Amino acid sequence: MTKALPSVSRPATPGFATFEEPRHSLLIAGDGEPDFGAIQTSEDFRALKRRVTRFILPATLLFLAWYVAFVLLSAYAAGFMSTPLFGTVNVGLTMGFLQFVTTIIITMAYARYSKRKLDPQVEKVRALAETDEELA
Amino acid sequence: MTGANTAINLTVFGVFVLLTLYIVYRASTRNVSASDYYAAGSSFTGTQNGIALSGDFLSAASFLGISGAIAVNGYDGFLYSIGWVVAWLIGLMLIAERLRNTGRFTMGDVMAFRMRQRPVRAAAANATLVISLFYMIAQMAGAGGLMALLLDVHSKVGQAIIIAVVGIVMVLYVLVGGMKGTTWVQIIKAVLLLLTVSLLTIFLIGKFGFDMSAMLDRATQKSPLGEAVLSPGVKYGATDLSKIDFLSLALALVLGTAALPHVLMRFYTVPNAKEARKSVVWATWMMAIFYSCTLVIGFGAMALVGTDKITGAPGGENSAAPLLAFQIGGTVLLGIVCAVAFATILAVVAGLTLTASASFAHDVYANVIKHGEADPRDEVRVARITAVCVGVLAIVGGIAANGQNVAFLVALAFALAASANLPTLLYSLFWKRFNTRGTLWSIYGGLTSCVLLIVFSPAISGSKSSVFPDADFAFFPLSNPGIVSIPLSFLAGFLGTVLGGEPADREKQAEMEVRGLTGIGSGLR
Repeated sequence: MTKALPSVSRPATPGFATFEEPRHSLLIAGDGEPDFGAIQTSEDFRALKRRVTRFILPATLLFLAWYVAFVLLSAYAAGFMSTPLFGTVNVGLTMGFLQFVTTIIITMAYARYSKRKLDPQVEKVRALAETDEELA
Repeated sequence: MTGANTAINLTVFGVFVLLTLYIVYRASTRNVSASDYYAAGSSFTGTQNGIALSGDFLSAASFLGISGAIAVNGYDGFLYSIGWVVAWLIGLMLIAERLRNTGRFTMGDVMAFRMRQRPVRAAAANATLVISLFYMIAQMAGAGGLMALLLDVHSKVGQAIIIAVVGIVMVLYVLVGGMKGTTWVQIIKAVLLLLTVSLLTIFLIGKFGFDMSAMLDRATQKSPLGEAVLSPGVKYGATDLSKIDFLSLALALVLGTAALPHVLMRFYTVPNAKEARKSVVWATWMMAIFYSCTLVIGFGAMALVGTDKITGAPGGENSAAPLLAFQIGGTVLLGIVCAVAFATILAVVAGLTLTASASFAHDVYANVIKHGEADPRDEVRVARITAVCVGVLAIVGGIAANGQNVAFLVALAFALAASANLPTLLYSLFWKRFNTRGTLWSIYGGLTSCVLLIVFSPAISGSKSSVFPDADFAFFPLSNPGIVSIPLSFLAGFLGTVLGGEPADREKQAEMEVRGLTGIGSGLR
């Protein structure tokens, strides 16, 4: 099944899993491959997942809600959307333009959050499987 | 527009084509391995790829279609721009990095990662081919309209010949340049396009004394709709049904963007997930600037050219931007704007051709037919042959769809992408239990329901603006099917998984999740 993605090739005969090794090596399976199951349940990886979710879940809900609100108001509250704000510029056009602004704000916030909170944690998780990467 | 202008237009355009072909040729001295051909050896930086990404995405639909839709329908045309900008947040936060970490060349790599390879890859390739073809047909129709204006060609036969020429040039780009060459074309074109629209915008704002309100005021005077063009509802506000059509379009735009195969494939041209993220940040900035400019250009065209003149011109709505250019800068500016629009079409179609051919060669030929043991040289050869076939199909389709609003046609491709791809991608990335059967149900469920609804919609038959205006088999009332087919695909994927089939492969799921977030095991740094 992995033939299509041969970035790391599995040896034909798996090596021996030894259970006497220290704890960190559990993250590398006997055949020298990363033990993804073990990494998935490791504390560092779960912390990474929590941090990812903490940002993308609220941010996604927020921007979708804001977009849907704009679309629904345009469809069903045309009167409100055509209230003039600055001269002939009305509420709808302003809200539409603000969609661009919020998109940029969320994008930059995500880039910043990734750099500060996600990337270091990714490095931590990668360190768990480091020896393997060198073998591969 | 007389013969002399035609000469200028053709010269500017010809220079662009020759120049880019030369660059494509130089950039692609070695295109031997599959990785070179499909993903430019993953050698581009995030910044370069971000610019290319916006080049790939800012199609003729965006430039000609949207400025035209705004110039004619005002507010209702603006929706396209907003959907297309906001949509990048999905690409940024949910898709880009995970895709880069788990896949290699195509969308099928990700969808089939933890599923049974052959059926899922075949399904992913089918979806890719259908979506790319729809998108391409829209671009080719745009080329026809543009040339009608540029060369003053009114006969359908003349326009058909032009569409064929565009098709041949774009296949050349792909055959000669592969992904590297195509990416450079995208970069050059994105920069040219952004410069052109920014300069036009600055000029327009300056002309109206930096007062947006004054420009809108003038626009309302020149539009037969008056004040109403600034409010929602001109195009979609008439009935309850047309309002639902509006919602359907909005949904397709925001959910389709990050699931377009040619956009997804771009993420493989960068070396790692961080660069993929940086690509989207760059692309989002460029989009936001670009679409703000099209807003000004659209209303500017309404104010200076007038709606009646635009709808009466050859090329119809799509000719708003070129007409505006002619109005303010004469033949030279018209030539430049048309050449840029043309470059846009060429570049986008080249990107689409590459994606479609990669999907067929990598997913169908190498993995389904050859069980993953194809010679990479053969794979690239198959990809090249496919590129030619796809080109021919697009030319034929483009000639058939000539005269339709490009943005509208493209919106159908977005509905297809949002129905067939997005649910499948999200489920396979975020839902542990998702299995092979769910994958197949959501891809095929979304794809077939969407295609069928389009076939039986007013876009194809039953109204004056349809592809077959004389026939009437339009029993589905909405012109964009997204609001039905997208939820249907989510439901199909859910049911297919829950109702049985083999359980998800736990080990592969763990590998996909870990690899998606961290890149462990992908060999990427």
